[in-house]
Amino acid sequence: MATYQEFIQQNEDRDGVRFSWNLWPSSRLEATRLVVPVSCLFTPLKERPDLPPVQYEPVLCSRANCKAVLNPLCQVDFRAKIWACNFCFQRNPFPPSYAGISEVNQPAELMPQFSTIEYIVQRGPTPPLIFLYVVDTCLEEEDLQALKESLQMSLSLLPPNALVGLITFGRMVQVHELSCEGIAKSYVFRGTKDLSSKQIQVGGDKGRPPQPENAGVFVFITRFLQPVHRVDMNLTDLLGELQRDPWPVPQGKRPLRSTGVALSVAVGLLEGTFPNTGARVMLFIGGPPTQGPGMVVGDELKTPIRSWHDIQKDNARHLKKATKYYEAMANRSAVNGHCIDIYACALDQTGLLEMKCLSNLTGGHIVMGDSFNTSLFKQTFQRVFSKDYNGDFRMAFGGVLEVKEMGIGGTSQWKVCGINPSTTLALYFEVVNQHNAPVPQGGRGVIQFVTQYQHSNTQRRIRVTTIARNWADAQSQIQHIESSFDQEASAVLMARLGVFRAESEEGPDVLRWLDRQLIRLCQKFGQFNKDDPTSFKLSESLSLYPQFMFHLRRSPFLQVFNNSPDESSYYRHHFVRQDLTQSLIMIQPILYSYSFHGPPEPVLLDSSSILPDRILLMDTFFQLVIYHGETIAQWRKAGYQEMAEYENFKQLLLAPLDDAQEILQTRFPMPRYIDTEHGGSQARFLLSKVNPSQTHNNLYAWGQVLRGAPILTDDVSLQVFMDHLKKLAVSSSA
Amino acid sequence: MSQQGYVAAPPYSQAQPGMGGYQGGFGTGLAQPLHGHYGGPPQAFTAPTTGKGLLLFISVVRMRQGLEQLQQVCTHQIVLLHFTSYRNCLASGPMQSPPLPASSVAQQPFQTPPPSAMGQPQMPPVLQSPHMSPHMSPQMSPPQSPPANMQMAGQPMSGPPMSGPPIAGPPMTGMGRPFPGPPAPGARGFQQPGPGVVGPPGYPQQAGMPGAFPGAPGGLAGPPQKKLDPDSIPSITQVIEDDQGKQGGTVYKTNVRGQVPPLVTTDFTVQDQGNASPRFIRCTTYSLPCTADLAKQCQVPLASIIKPFASLQKNETPLYVVNHGETGPIRCNRCKAYMCPYMQFIDGGRRYQCGFCNCVNEVPVFYFQHLDHMGQRVDFYERPELSLGSYEFVATLDYCKNNKPPNPPAYIFMIDVSYNNIKSGLVKLICDELKTLLENLPSEEGMESSAIKVGFVTYNKVLHFYNVKSALAQPQMMVVSDTAEMFVPLLDGFLNNVTCQLSHDPVPLLSSLLDQIPDMFADTNESETVFVPVIQAGVEAFKAAECSGKLFIFHSSMPTAEAPGKLKNRDDKKLVNTEKEKTLFQPQKGVYEQLSKDCVAQGCCVDLFLFPSQYMDIATMADVPSHTGGSVYKYNNFQVETDGEHFLRDLRKDVRKSIGFDAIMRVRTSTGFRATEFFGAIHMNNTTDVEMAAVDCDKAITVEFKHDDALSEETGALMQCALLYTTINGQRRLRIHNLSLNCSLQLSELFKSCETDSLINFFSKSACRAILNQPLKNVREILVNQTAHMLACYRKNCASPSAASQLILPDAMKVFPVYVNSLMKTAPLVGSTELSTDDRAHQRLAIMGMGVEDTQLLLYPRLTPLHNMDVSSEALPAPVRCSEERLTDSGMFLLENGHSMFLWLGQASPPDLIQSIFNLPSLAHLQGNMCALPELDNPLSIKVRSIINGLIEKRPNSMKLQIVRQKDKPEMLFRQFLVEDKGLHGGASYMDFLCYVHREIRQLLT
Repeated sequence: MATYQEFIQQNEDRDGVRFSWNLWPSSRLEATRLVVPVSCLFTPLKERPDLPPVQYEPVLCSRANCKAVLNPLCQVDFRAKIWACNFCFQRNPFPPSYAGISEVNQPAELMPQFSTIEYIVQRGPTPPLIFLYVVDTCLEEEDLQALKESLQMSLSLLPPNALVGLITFGRMVQVHELSCEGIAKSYVFRGTKDLSSKQIQVGGDKGRPPQPENAGVFVFITRFLQPVHRVDMNLTDLLGELQRDPWPVPQGKRPLRSTGVALSVAVGLLEGTFPNTGARVMLFIGGPPTQGPGMVVGDELKTPIRSWHDIQKDNARHLKKATKYYEAMANRSAVNGHCIDIYACALDQTGLLEMKCLSNLTGGHIVMGDSFNTSLFKQTFQRVFSKDYNGDFRMAFGGVLEVKEMGIGGTSQWKVCGINPSTTLALYFEVVNQHNAPVPQGGRGVIQFVTQYQHSNTQRRIRVTTIARNWADAQSQIQHIESSFDQEASAVLMARLGVFRAESEEGPDVLRWLDRQLIRLCQKFGQFNKDDPTSFKLSESLSLYPQFMFHLRRSPFLQVFNNSPDESSYYRHHFVRQDLTQSLIMIQPILYSYSFHGPPEPVLLDSSSILPDRILLMDTFFQLVIYHGETIAQWRKAGYQEMAEYENFKQLLLAPLDDAQEILQTRFPMPRYIDTEHGGSQARFLLSKVNPSQTHNNLYAWGQVLRGAPILTDDVSLQVFMDHLKKLAVSSSA
Repeated sequence: MSQQGYVAAPPYSQAQPGMGGYQGGFGTGLAQPLHGHYGGPPQAFTAPTTGKGLLLFISVVRMRQGLEQLQQVCTHQIVLLHFTSYRNCLASGPMQSPPLPASSVAQQPFQTPPPSAMGQPQMPPVLQSPHMSPHMSPQMSPPQSPPANMQMAGQPMSGPPMSGPPIAGPPMTGMGRPFPGPPAPGARGFQQPGPGVVGPPGYPQQAGMPGAFPGAPGGLAGPPQKKLDPDSIPSITQVIEDDQGKQGGTVYKTNVRGQVPPLVTTDFTVQDQGNASPRFIRCTTYSLPCTADLAKQCQVPLASIIKPFASLQKNETPLYVVNHGETGPIRCNRCKAYMCPYMQFIDGGRRYQCGFCNCVNEVPVFYFQHLDHMGQRVDFYERPELSLGSYEFVATLDYCKNNKPPNPPAYIFMIDVSYNNIKSGLVKLICDELKTLLENLPSEEGMESSAIKVGFVTYNKVLHFYNVKSALAQPQMMVVSDTAEMFVPLLDGFLNNVTCQLSHDPVPLLSSLLDQIPDMFADTNESETVFVPVIQAGVEAFKAAECSGKLFIFHSSMPTAEAPGKLKNRDDKKLVNTEKEKTLFQPQKGVYEQLSKDCVAQGCCVDLFLFPSQYMDIATMADVPSHTGGSVYKYNNFQVETDGEHFLRDLRKDVRKSIGFDAIMRVRTSTGFRATEFFGAIHMNNTTDVEMAAVDCDKAITVEFKHDDALSEETGALMQCALLYTTINGQRRLRIHNLSLNCSLQLSELFKSCETDSLINFFSKSACRAILNQPLKNVREILVNQTAHMLACYRKNCASPSAASQLILPDAMKVFPVYVNSLMKTAPLVGSTELSTDDRAHQRLAIMGMGVEDTQLLLYPRLTPLHNMDVSSEALPAPVRCSEERLTDSGMFLLENGHSMFLWLGQASPPDLIQSIFNLPSLAHLQGNMCALPELDNPLSIKVRSIINGLIEKRPNSMKLQIVRQKDKPEMLFRQFLVEDKGLHGGASYMDFLCYVHREIRQLLT
């Protein structure tokens, strides 16, 4: 049998699913004793170039409350043309179209390699995609210009039949009419007054119903949302003419920014015209909302925007109200299946903390940068419209994920308004069987993920993934269960739980909880003699887990020190939606070392890796840091790379750049690219991540030859952390 | 002139022992000194306390064609003379058709020849002969035949006894003539149409039966009465002509205290020598009574009509601007009066005593100057504020809002683009005009281009703002549908400097916008409009731009869309002539009231151009303009072809007017009297500060004064009007007008120094304000009362003793009755159901802002004969009196009153006249809707057109030329301006009124 490693990899490749445990405990009690819950990371729309969608409807279980989809794990009676649902055991006849079915003539969904299968369903007219730009005009001229260019460029990336709309805002909110000839026309709303969706209809569109055209094909036209191909020129001009918010900003004041009302108008407009149709509201902001509902900070510059400190002191005046406002809006949007992206580019905070729910609850992107005039924003934005191997957008809309489980619980549904191929959800399961009535041995638990969504080519699709795992008795088969542990997935899953808790709990409490879980896990699976830390040993399947936890504790997802509330929100937002590999990078950044001593090699994320004659490349997902060691930096300054005889040095300098470029090409959002050197101020990005094995505290005490760079920190190093962990794990009193 | 008395020739042949005809409400008897129910529905005069004596009834009725049927019944005059008992005579012959109170119908007494509303008394030119005084004003034509029976016999004397002996004045001269009493009872004259009168006025309905009067059967027939010569009663045209003859073309120097200026109609040049030009301030009298008692006794209102921005003649010096730098203008420490010629420098020039409050102030060091041997500062002639009546100060930041220098004002054009205006072609007309108009915005003297910024809004149910920032390639339209809480969507780009805009190339954005607006709404079917949000938007825009300015609103219909200030039709003709009639003039409360305040606070003046096709509640809609120094123009059933040019002329005039913004005016007076009442298109937050969002060259504020204390003959009375405002360039200035008046213990001085034109301006405004709170009947009654009181006071105190039957008028006020009579016949005061409520409200508001020239012209239109003028002469032909009598069947007359203009053509106009004016073979070929004369190359045509254009140019409003043919239906419109005749909608003829007033005077004197 293949190793679990291979099994896990294969499963991930095929189904986009990674479980924390690949053997499931048979009762609730057993499950809780495993510390790490039975859970999985699931990438619903994992790119599967090898998986052509089938052009028919899935076959559903006829039981009203089951409706599971026929899958390879079902028992099929080919003669009776009956299949048994493996969730509710209902016996279902095949539909007439399956009359020709036999053991040698099976439909795709019965073949084991199609445990994940995608159906294209034809249901009525397919509405076009909708992109509604909501643009802040309180920007610096340079920023606005850059943003305008990006937006103009994006028009060429949209499918011609997609509908676009434009809302701009500053002190007022303007909804631009796109169809008119001659004078550009827009409807203006006061930035301080929340309008109901109905008012927006009346005020804006006079409730004009969609006009039926061409034999039953509905072409939805409003004055504000127009097919790109029709208004391309017009909109390009309009964007080009876009002015900075014309209202003067007195000294000592922030510009008045009506983000709240602008979003409300956007959400209301889509709600009124295209409910339950894939739509993307793209919000571009260059500062915090300063007036009206959803304001995050007042316009007085002397009152700074809330910090973590303020929040902890319960000193953030607008926080609760604004958060509530945006949550309500996010929910409205989610109900209608519209997703909201936030592109926030400013040096100061923009209120992402309050607004994050807009994207979190609707599956939108959050992109944070310093300026719209950076490649970070420009390329990230471009990447939103990136196309897959079929030339289709890597985005999907109006997704509904349904999970059907066997022997565990009923069904559940989640709505994910915007999904892209890397969107990864964490699902936590509960074993409901009581300890005294465990799931019978040898059985298999089956889970079916049904994802319905609107493909970017407007097709409605259903992707069905059905997976099965064995049940195991935790007492007798603890070894098997242990070896079925997926420590990478578990680390991510636990991290997501931690982040989830961090949203509502105090930081230290979360860390304590995380430590507690780690200690319990070590106690459960570690091999040791009581009260003897040195005897502590973990099996291979768990060996890396504590290290992940160590870095997780130091990560910006749980630590708010040195991060603004917006940054924390931003990091957390991305952490909870990236796939496993990316999530691991976020927890434990990857460090590569380049030197004349050999090919580039991954090195420990440790201060000892920082050496004068090395170039380091660190990828933290959000940042790409290229760090030139002291010697290298001096050489570079001396300009050796320019000299023909030092061609090899030039090559060395280029190597990490090329690698970084590769990462930059694919990463979404674009990471911040940092090129620094020994002693450079930006080096802090590296220094704050590495394990502080050498600090000013222990540097001279050891009296040994210095290797690496000391870090000025009071943080504990991994070694200390492990020592404590061992001590606590073996402690009988714990 | 030595004589101050003017004794009118009484129009009747006989002295009459009482009055008939006018006393609709005399029912309470003579014990009641006031004339109750003056002008009310005809009523029997029921309770004379003294039944003795005879009344002479003169009934001069010229039967005319019924108005509708144009049927001439009778053209000759019938003169009836009835003697009847006093009791009997009081019955008023109803002049209106059917719906009369039954009782009064029953009381129809004795009108043998039925009266017609159009009828006017034609007195035979053979009345009693007055003793002509050598000092008689020349315009009095000598009476033709003195009748014998001139003595008032047995007249009831129940009025209050004369209080005190007559004040001795200069010897009374003039001609005393027995005043014979009024014409036939109520046959024509003062009754206004009663409520519910619908029939054409002036229909003969009843043959009057003398003696059929209930309670007093058996009227007495008197001897036939002869006709009174209309030429014998004081004539305005004569007065004007005389004054023009005497003072026309002269230089009027303002160096004399209490000097009465020439009439407003006279063409003269003013030289400022220490008092403000009469163009800026005119007073009802230039000699104030010294005590409050005297003032009360004479009842002459003490008032000034201030037109702070009055246009000066070309040969008059514009106001000097004084700049005292950072210290600002020098002011009295106590009363805050500004430095002016009335400050007395003392103490070698180190101190000065304020002429207003007598406070002694230190002269600031920088301002010190030595005094000459006369005690006059050496720099007297170098400093306008020491030697002139009017000048300006540059205001310092202390005088600015928020201590910030103001921005130049802005004009916002707000065009109603609802269906009506699009369909009528108005929107296109406006847009086309604006393109050229905007190049001619007013600018400060010496400035190359105007600093005024302009903005554009169109609206129907929602508002559209336009961004024409020059950085744009195309104008942008921004729609605001949230009319409940108005706001302006943009600032930068909305208000722009026009001169930059128009020269913007390649395609001027502004022209492009104005080209596109009519097209954009070409297929609109929106007919509902909002109104209050439109003004609010303007206020918000000014607020945002931190400037003041003016809104030009072009509006077509009552705002019925759901928004603040939504109006309902509340027009109700049933209210006319009832207690509730005033509600028709009262604006709706609530949001409009607040809006006016907001506008004034921001310096937002609102000019309203209305294009109604039906009632639109002007009383309410024009409320804001009438409090913000704005104007209201109204074009009923607007059609581009006929009214377009008229409207555009108004618009051009309005845009180019010289104007000041965000103004606040304070009138300071020397001790003893003070300003108490203010009338005008103004807003008052307290009792002293007159706030005006804007004030232009045609707006006048009438200020009434009351005594606080006794005034001294020696020091006289001083007033200083200080107007703080923002110029069209955005400079803050103070405009100061000073005026000194005489004070006298002699009432004769006062009457000598009266100014009739100013008086009538005051009366017009106070009456127009009074009708908001009182029934019209009362207002008219008060007018007549006060007129009678003033004249009676003169008679009693200043005139030499003469027969009670003589009507004696002070020379300065001799034409006052004709104005008062005309005032009572104006639309707001006449109380006729035939006039549209909106027209009445409109005129009422217009009067409130008028200056002396305007009220004079309005109340006595110019009727100029054009058929017999000297074509080669430069001069305008002399106007004739406003009476049908003066028209001739073969004549051509031009009539204008500043608001309407008619070219009247007699039936028998000679064909060559028609040919040379209209290029038509005969009058019959004339089209009805002609509104301009064809440009023909003959002397007559050229002359006539130049006269017309000259007048249109001269008047504040452009006028639409209406051409009427004698006896055509539209002639009715024309006739209502013949103010000496009986009013078309009610109201007495001049002659009748004079008789009535005379009777009142006698009542008071007895």
